[in-house]
Amino acid sequence: MLRFILTRLGMAIPTLLIVALTVFLLVRLIPGDPASLMLGDMASQSSLAALRAQLGLDRPIPVQFVIWIGQILKGDFGHSIATGQPVLGLVIDRFETSATIVVIGVFLASVVAVPAGLIAAWRQNSAIDLLFVGTATVLLSIPSFWLGLLLLLLFGLKLQWLPVVGYVSFSTSPVMASVYLIMPVATLVLHESGVLVRMARASALEVLRLDYVTHARAKGLSEGAVLRRHVFRNSFGPTWTLIGLVLGNLLAGIAVVETVFTIPGIGRLLVDSIFARDYPVIQGCMLFVAFVYVLINLVVDLFYPLFDPKVAQA
Amino acid sequence: MRCATGLIRICGVFEMSGAGLLEIEGLTLTVSRIDKEVVSDFSLELAPGEIVGIVGESGSGKSMAARAIMRLEPPAVSRRGGSIRFDGKDVCAMPQRVLRRMRGGDVGMVFQEPLTSLNPSMRIGSQLEEGLKLHRRIAVAERRRLILDMLGRVGLRDPEAALEAYPHEFSGGMRQRIMLASVMLLKPRLLIADEPTTALDAVVQREVLDLMLQLTRTNGTAVLLISHDLPMIARYTNRIVVMRQGRIVEEGATDALLEKPQHSYTRQLLAAMPRRTAKRGIDHSVPPLVEVRDLIVDYGGRKGFLRRDPGKRALRGVSLSIRPREVVAIVGESGSGKTTLGRSIAGLVKPSGGSILYGGHSILPGSEGWPDYRLNCQMIFQDPYSSLDPRIPIGATITEALRHGKALSAAEKHARVIEILGEVGLSAEFAKRYPHELSGGQRQRVAIARALVRKPAFVIADEPVSALDVTVRMQVLDLLTRLQERHGFSCLFISHDLSVVEQIADRVVVMRDGAIVEEGSRDAIFDGPRDSYTRRLLSAIPTLEGNPEGGVRLVERGDCRNVIELPA
Amino acid sequence: MRLPSLNAVLGATIVGLIVGAGLVAMVWTPYDPLKLDFLARLAPPSAHHLLGTDEFGRDVLSRLMRAATTSVWISILTVCASILAGTALGLVTGYMRGWTDRILMMFNDALLAFPGILLALGLLSVVGANMYGIILALGLAYTPLVTRVVRGAVLSLKEKEFIEASRVLGNSESFTMVRHVLPNCIAPLIVLATSMFGWVLLAESALSFLGLGVPPPAPTWGNMLAESRTYISQAAWLGIFPGLCISLALLGINLLGDALRDRLDPHMRGL
Repeated sequence: MLRFILTRLGMAIPTLLIVALTVFLLVRLIPGDPASLMLGDMASQSSLAALRAQLGLDRPIPVQFVIWIGQILKGDFGHSIATGQPVLGLVIDRFETSATIVVIGVFLASVVAVPAGLIAAWRQNSAIDLLFVGTATVLLSIPSFWLGLLLLLLFGLKLQWLPVVGYVSFSTSPVMASVYLIMPVATLVLHESGVLVRMARASALEVLRLDYVTHARAKGLSEGAVLRRHVFRNSFGPTWTLIGLVLGNLLAGIAVVETVFTIPGIGRLLVDSIFARDYPVIQGCMLFVAFVYVLINLVVDLFYPLFDPKVAQA
Repeated sequence: MRCATGLIRICGVFEMSGAGLLEIEGLTLTVSRIDKEVVSDFSLELAPGEIVGIVGESGSGKSMAARAIMRLEPPAVSRRGGSIRFDGKDVCAMPQRVLRRMRGGDVGMVFQEPLTSLNPSMRIGSQLEEGLKLHRRIAVAERRRLILDMLGRVGLRDPEAALEAYPHEFSGGMRQRIMLASVMLLKPRLLIADEPTTALDAVVQREVLDLMLQLTRTNGTAVLLISHDLPMIARYTNRIVVMRQGRIVEEGATDALLEKPQHSYTRQLLAAMPRRTAKRGIDHSVPPLVEVRDLIVDYGGRKGFLRRDPGKRALRGVSLSIRPREVVAIVGESGSGKTTLGRSIAGLVKPSGGSILYGGHSILPGSEGWPDYRLNCQMIFQDPYSSLDPRIPIGATITEALRHGKALSAAEKHARVIEILGEVGLSAEFAKRYPHELSGGQRQRVAIARALVRKPAFVIADEPVSALDVTVRMQVLDLLTRLQERHGFSCLFISHDLSVVEQIADRVVVMRDGAIVEEGSRDAIFDGPRDSYTRRLLSAIPTLEGNPEGGVRLVERGDCRNVIELPA
Repeated sequence: MRLPSLNAVLGATIVGLIVGAGLVAMVWTPYDPLKLDFLARLAPPSAHHLLGTDEFGRDVLSRLMRAATTSVWISILTVCASILAGTALGLVTGYMRGWTDRILMMFNDALLAFPGILLALGLLSVVGANMYGIILALGLAYTPLVTRVVRGAVLSLKEKEFIEASRVLGNSESFTMVRHVLPNCIAPLIVLATSMFGWVLLAESALSFLGLGVPPPAPTWGNMLAESRTYISQAAWLGIFPGLCISLALLGINLLGDALRDRLDPHMRGL
């Protein structure tokens, strides 16, 4: 087991390095002088020269990369051209906002979707199965930004139950924050349940065919116990992996929902900075989100043996 | 009990005592959607403590009927008619609560696939405890004691450690023992064993079945033993029921059924059991066609980032020679290295040491002997379902074999393909069909045709009949024998099934753990085995003595002590 | 041949309609999608303009049809590019072992370590947002997945006996790869391509919605949806129809994908 943990941790490090390399190369690919890209058109000659020296732009690329990594590890992601703020602080701040929505949304979606998938598989081809699968397929076909827009239209404008724009952080007022969060989170929950139900159902179907489920019934266990103790745990693995993938994708893709509901999250930050050619921020966002994604997948992998002990022995 | 010259009856003559434990009358099961009957008019009576065997090939409905006893048939199957009474109570009308009490508590079931019959993510201890908790009112400590005791009785060396372990840490045979422990812990009145040992090696099969017998005798449990393996069923049962395509074809006391089979299908099944054929004269003065000298093959040894896999030595210096026209059989259990040996000789695996010679020349790829060898050495694989490319029609698959060697025109190739199809018993129109349209037996015929179309001098057959039904097995084996006689190619026949080998081999080589344990002519090995491992392997299969009425007598052979003494 | 399932029929019909509309729009639409008509601004659906007009008086139906063309084109080109590149890479790395394979896969997995949209956004910031930039960005973002899938298929096929049989017959490795391995990869590839078509369509719409798609005034469903937000209270239909189109397109693709998967490759369920 220990070897499994160490192997996975070990594999994460080269991945992180290559991720960093990719981001580094990406910005270097942009035509033009990297220093003026980083500081913007308005920068003075002296600050440009200073940055060039700092980044080591006269040195070979691999050396530049090492210098850059060194800065990253110290927490120096540069400063935003548009606002002058240190990038790392800005990114973390916005990330908290997005993460709240994403985590709550995916959590609720899982809680709804996994039992639904199990039940649909248990009663395969019945009316309830068709209902669940049909609903799931429709839900996942609806783009989240349109769904959000519709919710906004209905609950915000027509019925006027919920506020249309804005965001309040939890530290200011938990109650108000929750109210503002309802629609964005609901959008996520609706969309992602569709995705998760199908996977949960598919893997439950595979497990239900296996002998040990029949054996459990042959022992005299009730259907509920069979589903809970034998089917759930063994079928959850692929869904668990999918949850990790979904979380990661949403950390970036949340930009659309943030746009609809005007929430200052990291997705919006990335998009705005692309428009503004604010390269330090672009770089910072990409690096941060990718790193978090690698970490999420690492955690998902580390917990996988709970659902499939063979993995730890492999 | 007599042995070696007479019939062995493990469980003694059975006296019917008391009312029937299980009474099935006219049971009919159908697949609802397509309205096809999988079990038709099935009737059976079982007395307490009786051991009855159900014999049939795939599609006979035997498993379905057995599962219906506990109402565990798959959702697609429904009961069209008939009744099942257990201990006088109507099973089909039982409310769920009563049914669940019967399951596990009164009736237990053991399945075939040890890989999938235990929950892989639950510890052994918890799985065994589940049934106990449900059916008995006893304290935790007492449950633990019972479980440990049972695990010890089924032969686990460290029951305490086993409690915390997961199923994948055990071998197939061990898992079956754990299954038995789990089921017998509740002391059921009836045990249904559905092909309990089919996936296991011969020697392990024997041990698990003897264990099953011992446990059930101790508790007076009746047993319904289901299998396609007639000799095995005959050894352990009082009565046999023969099923075919959903119907009972014949039933009777084991001895009587074997001696005087009434129904033609029963006779077919008995005739399909391999027998020893006459000894053939192989010319030993001729130099060997294929020679293997001190072959060493290593597997594995991967170096990952954080681990170092030492790898495994699959073959430890094996030497062998095969003469022209000779059939040499390699026998061993899984892990013996026989498959590796076959694949090395076929050129699929690179040896780490030693040499392989064909006609006196080394056959390493790139050496001058290689092209000739590649043309003359062909292989028949085990799995009829994966040895043919599913996207290519049969004719094209066989034609592909003609790509190398003598250049033939398209018309000549086509003619040759039709010719070889005919030789394996398939009509010309099979050339257009795809593999999924053929049965397992037909696919193996195609595999044989593909191997023989170039008229090779040497054929390696890797478990060619293991995946086939008993009657089909016989047909394919006969075909192979006939073709070998006619065309005179040498054959290396790899098998774990000694009974098949008895029929086809001239010489037998027994392997274990990557080395040869014993070798000799077929008769010498089967009649007078010297090595104790060989004797153990042989004791797992009986000899069959036929009589003029189409019946057989099962005669045990090998070490008699293995037969009587049951594991402690 | 078994009868096609309901999924297949429904899915194929919807996809057919959308692709059909896109093809038709290449030569004809009811009105010119770019024509401004200030006299008919923000007109609700009527006999003249079946789906209404937007704030510039442009006919919504025509714009939706033209948008279909754009989306379908971008999706097809992206998927083709990804599939070609990914299959080539997957075949090569699946067949070779050793250090080349390891290094290539390390880079591949590192690219997969980026959420798809993130990589696409990053690439867009480099290449700029226009039709070819989007195809390049999305294509590059999805190629690693195709490589992974094809490599997986090749690795599992290598264990199959008919591949070994080909070797025993004397066929060279490259012949075996092309004759036996590649055709058997087609099934999972078709399933993957169908799913990808949906993902790319969605991604392209999302990028357009964010303003990073094909530049205006060219209509895409995404940017039509984005523009509708300003006038949402007065002209709700502007926000409904484009979204409806995207949803229907995705629904059709998903249904078709399901049907294909059931027929061709049951192991990829749930994706």
